[in-house]
Amino acid sequence: MTPPNTAQAGTPAYDIDAIRADFPILGRTMHDKPLAFLDSAASAQKPHQVIDAVSAVYETEYANVHRGLYQISEAVTARYEGTRETIRQFINAAHTHEIIYTRNGTESINLVAYSFGRNFLEEGDEVIITELEHHANIVPWQMLRDEKGIVLKVAPITDDGELIMSAFEELLGPKTKLVAVAHMSNVMGTILPIEDIIRRAHAVGAKVLLDGCQSVTHIPVDVQALGCDFYVFSGHKLYGPSGIGVLYGREELLNAMPPFMGGGDMISSVTFEKSTWAKLPHKFEAGTPAIAQAIGLGAAIDYVNGIGLDAIGAHEADLLNYATQKLSSVEGLRIIGTAPNKASVVSFTLDYAHPHDIATIIDRAGVAVRAGHHCAQPLMARMDVPATVRASIGLYNNRSDIDALVAALGDVQELFG
Amino acid sequence: MSDELRELYQEVILEHGKNPRNFHASDDATNEARGNNPLCGDQLVIYLKLDGDKRVVDASFLGKGCAISMASASMMTELLKGRSQDEAQSLFEAFHDMCTGEDNGHELPDDVEKLQVLSGVREFPTRVKCATLPWHTMVAALQGEDEISTE
Repeated sequence: MTPPNTAQAGTPAYDIDAIRADFPILGRTMHDKPLAFLDSAASAQKPHQVIDAVSAVYETEYANVHRGLYQISEAVTARYEGTRETIRQFINAAHTHEIIYTRNGTESINLVAYSFGRNFLEEGDEVIITELEHHANIVPWQMLRDEKGIVLKVAPITDDGELIMSAFEELLGPKTKLVAVAHMSNVMGTILPIEDIIRRAHAVGAKVLLDGCQSVTHIPVDVQALGCDFYVFSGHKLYGPSGIGVLYGREELLNAMPPFMGGGDMISSVTFEKSTWAKLPHKFEAGTPAIAQAIGLGAAIDYVNGIGLDAIGAHEADLLNYATQKLSSVEGLRIIGTAPNKASVVSFTLDYAHPHDIATIIDRAGVAVRAGHHCAQPLMARMDVPATVRASIGLYNNRSDIDALVAALGDVQELFG
Repeated sequence: MSDELRELYQEVILEHGKNPRNFHASDDATNEARGNNPLCGDQLVIYLKLDGDKRVVDASFLGKGCAISMASASMMTELLKGRSQDEAQSLFEAFHDMCTGEDNGHELPDDVEKLQVLSGVREFPTRVKCATLPWHTMVAALQGEDEISTE
């Protein structure tokens, strides 16, 4: 397999021990064993730079944003709004006001389904997703289908977990109004050919939403170069706090879309007869936001930028290769998701033990993985497995983590094999 | 490997997990229900055949799941045969208390002591539902419900 970034043999992408020292939780044990945390695709651990940034907000300058006429409120507002610029640069959006704060990737997609979908899609219009989507990029469109009578079409994937481009093209047509796809599969690690997808979708006049929750932590993203219409991701998988997510949308679209929720902070004026909306981005940000979490996300992006996504990608690609090789030699192990272009995730099954039993057993060896359907039940059905074990790699993982996983699978074999 | 793991995965459980008893659908079931564990996606169907006196004359199941849920369903279907609906219900309550470690005054009858091998799940809070899903589903079937979910 050829991962997108390959470290030169023997040349570490960065000093992994120094990086690990930034993550306090990696110093703890689990069941008296060193913690081998291989579940970053579910939620990543936080470096002290993020923890300290969040603490500092509460300890030194916490107040509500956009309201207080006093120094600390102005200071925290500046940092909160400044983070929007950090995010803009991170994904190279054209404008800071194209960055909408949400709670998480799920809320970002729901915002688009609710505001864009309800107002610009009509009965018979088509939305295309793929077989490998997370439930967050399936269910909102089903709800819209049930409400508006749109048609939801599903582009198929191969047994290796790759999008079948020709089949996707056949689904595109004059009625296609939106293509909503994962940039990277949360279960298999497949990186989708989004440049092709966007080009073909735009050719029929459809808008494109990319679910970047998995990809944004591994791959540099330039939303202008890609030309996507919406890009969503969450903070907590990007080494930032939970409770903060991002919706990027093109200015023209966001301006045309009505608010998602009504309340404080999203208005320009309110009388009992009529209210008018605030300008972007605040039109979509009703109520007191996740202030410290947003600032924490800014610290996380600074941290990731400090290492560099290219170096992170190279380090993770090296570990993914190592993990794939080691796991492939385990008897009875089947890797689910073998696309040539994939990143940071290995899903697998063992032919003699259920994923839940595997996860319970290796937990006792200090190894944290996810087992289950990974919020992708249709994909499980497509790959004909009830569940998988998923080991996912973050910027702080090392070969010892992979070795601990493989060794712990020996315990599974001892009991079940 | 830890003692808790060996306690959880006792030989009896592994054996039932690999070779589940009464693992088939039933054409003449009077009661059947589907159980879902949305956390893991496990699903199973419990088939019960009750006679005119509401006594279980046959019990079987089908489904996919972990060793704990398969063993629990397998042992449950073995033990249900010959019991009245009320007895099945109180067996469920005693089993549930055993798995969760709660004490609501329900004790397992002596003739079902073998279920004690599943008591190891008490040390694994995330796995209690694996053991109790077949039992919840059985109760749903007895009560005429089609489907239950553990959440």
